[in-house]
Amino acid sequence: MPDAAPPTAILDAKGVAKRFGAVQALRDASLKVDRGQVVALMGANGAGKSTFVKILTGVLRPDSGHVRIRGRDSSVASPAGARRSGLVPVYQEPSLIPDLSVADNLRLGDTPADPFRHWAGELGLPDLRPDAMIRSLSLASLRIVDLARALAIEPDVLLLDELTAALPTDLVDRVLRVVRAQADAGRAVIYISHRFTEIAAICDRATVLRDGLTVGDLAIEAGIEERIVELMLGGTVAAATTGTRGARSRATDVPRLRVRGLATGTRLSDVSFDLGKGEVLGVVALEGQGQDELFDVLAGNRRANAGTVEVDGRPAVFTDPADAIAAGLTLVPGDRAQALLMSRPVRENIALPLLARPRRWGAIRMRDEAARVTRAIERLQIDTRAQGEVRRLSGGNQQKVTIARWIARGVQTLLLFDPTRGIDIRTKNQIYALVRDLADQGAAVLFYTSELAEVRLACDRAVVIFNGRAVDVIDAKDADEPTLMRAAYGLSEATGVST
Amino acid sequence: MTTMTASPLGRLGRLMVDNPLVPLILLLGALIGILALLNPAILSMFWAGNTIKIAIPLAMLAACQTLTMLTGGIDLSVGTVATIAAFVTATLAPLTGVPAAVALALGCAVIVGLANGFGIAICRVHPLIMTLGTALIATGCLLVYQRHVIATGVLIPDVLIWLGTGRSYGLPNSLALFLPFAILIIWAQRRSGFGRLLYAIGANEAAARMSGVRVWQVQFTLYSLSSIIAGVTGLLYLGQIKTASLSLALPLDLPSVAAAVVGGTSIFGGRGGFGGTIVGALILTVMTTMLTLLQMPEGGRRILFGLIILAVTALLVRLTDRS
Repeated sequence: MPDAAPPTAILDAKGVAKRFGAVQALRDASLKVDRGQVVALMGANGAGKSTFVKILTGVLRPDSGHVRIRGRDSSVASPAGARRSGLVPVYQEPSLIPDLSVADNLRLGDTPADPFRHWAGELGLPDLRPDAMIRSLSLASLRIVDLARALAIEPDVLLLDELTAALPTDLVDRVLRVVRAQADAGRAVIYISHRFTEIAAICDRATVLRDGLTVGDLAIEAGIEERIVELMLGGTVAAATTGTRGARSRATDVPRLRVRGLATGTRLSDVSFDLGKGEVLGVVALEGQGQDELFDVLAGNRRANAGTVEVDGRPAVFTDPADAIAAGLTLVPGDRAQALLMSRPVRENIALPLLARPRRWGAIRMRDEAARVTRAIERLQIDTRAQGEVRRLSGGNQQKVTIARWIARGVQTLLLFDPTRGIDIRTKNQIYALVRDLADQGAAVLFYTSELAEVRLACDRAVVIFNGRAVDVIDAKDADEPTLMRAAYGLSEATGVST
Repeated sequence: MTTMTASPLGRLGRLMVDNPLVPLILLLGALIGILALLNPAILSMFWAGNTIKIAIPLAMLAACQTLTMLTGGIDLSVGTVATIAAFVTATLAPLTGVPAAVALALGCAVIVGLANGFGIAICRVHPLIMTLGTALIATGCLLVYQRHVIATGVLIPDVLIWLGTGRSYGLPNSLALFLPFAILIIWAQRRSGFGRLLYAIGANEAAARMSGVRVWQVQFTLYSLSSIIAGVTGLLYLGQIKTASLSLALPLDLPSVAAAVVGGTSIFGGRGGFGGTIVGALILTVMTTMLTLLQMPEGGRRILFGLIILAVTALLVRLTDRS
């Protein structure tokens, strides 16, 4: 194009909108990245960040708006098209084929070997063998391989999504230095991260998304974190102060659940808390901070590498979910499809835990079962007009079935993982009320939520997890969204932020 | 019921999901109708009794497939286990007497079942591979065994002959074994904890595990049970065929899978039941008679048999997936 304006941005996305069914994921998102710049792309849960990334990288086609790379329209919905136009993404989950060697993976992507070796060396893997199987490498090495592969192509725009999550600190420093050097050499970088320290270290600007809109484009300077948090929260700061409840600072004897220094995998490194009878303890964390692993360990899906769990003062090690359930720890997982027998009736779904043990394999006491199931259905107000398979129920009613299962069995310690995600407001309120009710009857509830406002609505206290560690415990009455958001981004620790 | 665009096929599909037996029985009736057209003389009480008699061992082996398929598994060792039970009974009976021979024969069946259970439940081997493997090993053991007992002669216990071939009031005596068996299985799949868990594991194994089910316990029990059923079927079949051969029940292996599938049990687990399987076994048996009546050469008959099974299952799957 002859009339391409002189100092244009290397990547320019404007007015991007995208709708999925009834959900308007993006309304008006824009992003501009100039040569030589690292731009942070920020947004809280549900702001539309991942949809925007998918559009930038050509995975999805926008309903309206455009994405230009080097002045040329690249809103062609194909990852290969985006790559050809010069944008190369590196995702949190390395996109490498596990059963091929490093060299074969490079060949698949037409990656030149010599530059790759150079970058692998720069990034701290000088003696990576090309014939090593991808499967045999650690997650940290895989990230490095993925990044080195991207760098070897010499892209105009690099898109880095949570690149440093679960990397050891020394590697993080190297990676950040290399990324900054890329920008200094005239390339452009889109940097997605939850870590303000990294953003302050290498980014020039930050673009903030909220509710599918780009709400700010700021230069990075000292104290910018506060401004970014404000933008991410938007008008919700003052809202949602209903139902504040004081923490029940019962100095109870023995907590129902005592967790100390729990660690597993690469994400969960040090979490401790006490959960008492009659208490609802919130868990607040950005995506992928170790909360999935925490719930997995407590529910017996996964073993801990370090740390202890005590139930009613007795040490507990679970090798199977059945062990956790026997100790009274029952999980409602985040993904309903994981917990439900979609092709079976409501009744069988709710009664399932009642029949799990071999001594209940014989004749089912149908009357007793019917009574328990009916009571649970009534308590949760499940709409069972759609008889038959659970798959015919609405999402909210399905979620209620996953909870009803444990109500029918009798709840001691309930582990709720984001139980209100994707369900309507009425059902949400019913779930808050139920959780409170259960706690009042002596149950202990651990409540992870991706919606910060829910801490005040449903919890007594909240433990905040950042980067695999419990960084703060906040009383519900102090748990306004800015406080929680700051804590979730690790800002309540000393990071040079004025308070 | 919501008002859906009710195409005839869609309505039939909903009927299939809610009452899977109805269309199957209609299909069976249609087949018998065709048979009557081909040869009106054939339809008689005697023919009906004979069809039931032939269908019973097939239905019993298909019970093994139904139960294992409900969990998403399969048991390809049933034909071998039945053959072993029959062969061991027939060859040991002259030496040890009938009760001991039957006990030993069922013992052999249990051993295969325990091996299947161990491999599938504990070592997490895929059921298809595991049961195929144990079937081959067990066949090998049978060959070795045969060389050592060849001199003893064969005795087929009278009680088994009575059960396998006898008739009372025009009906085959094997119903005396099969009716209680069928009632027990159908009861168990609806009204017992074990039966519910089979469906649960097939519908969503992860969900079952999360609800506190130790899946290995269920699988271990299931495959042991399956072998016991296969062993008992072998005894019945021995009485029916009245010869002890090394490949007695092997030809029933795949038809037993077909009977379960035609009867509406999903090979992916979580759907189906023994009621449909019984009708499925009857359909296959009637179909065999029909193909025999057509006086086709063996090759053509098999081709047609395979095509019909494919067509019926494809139709059923398409119908039930509309929900």
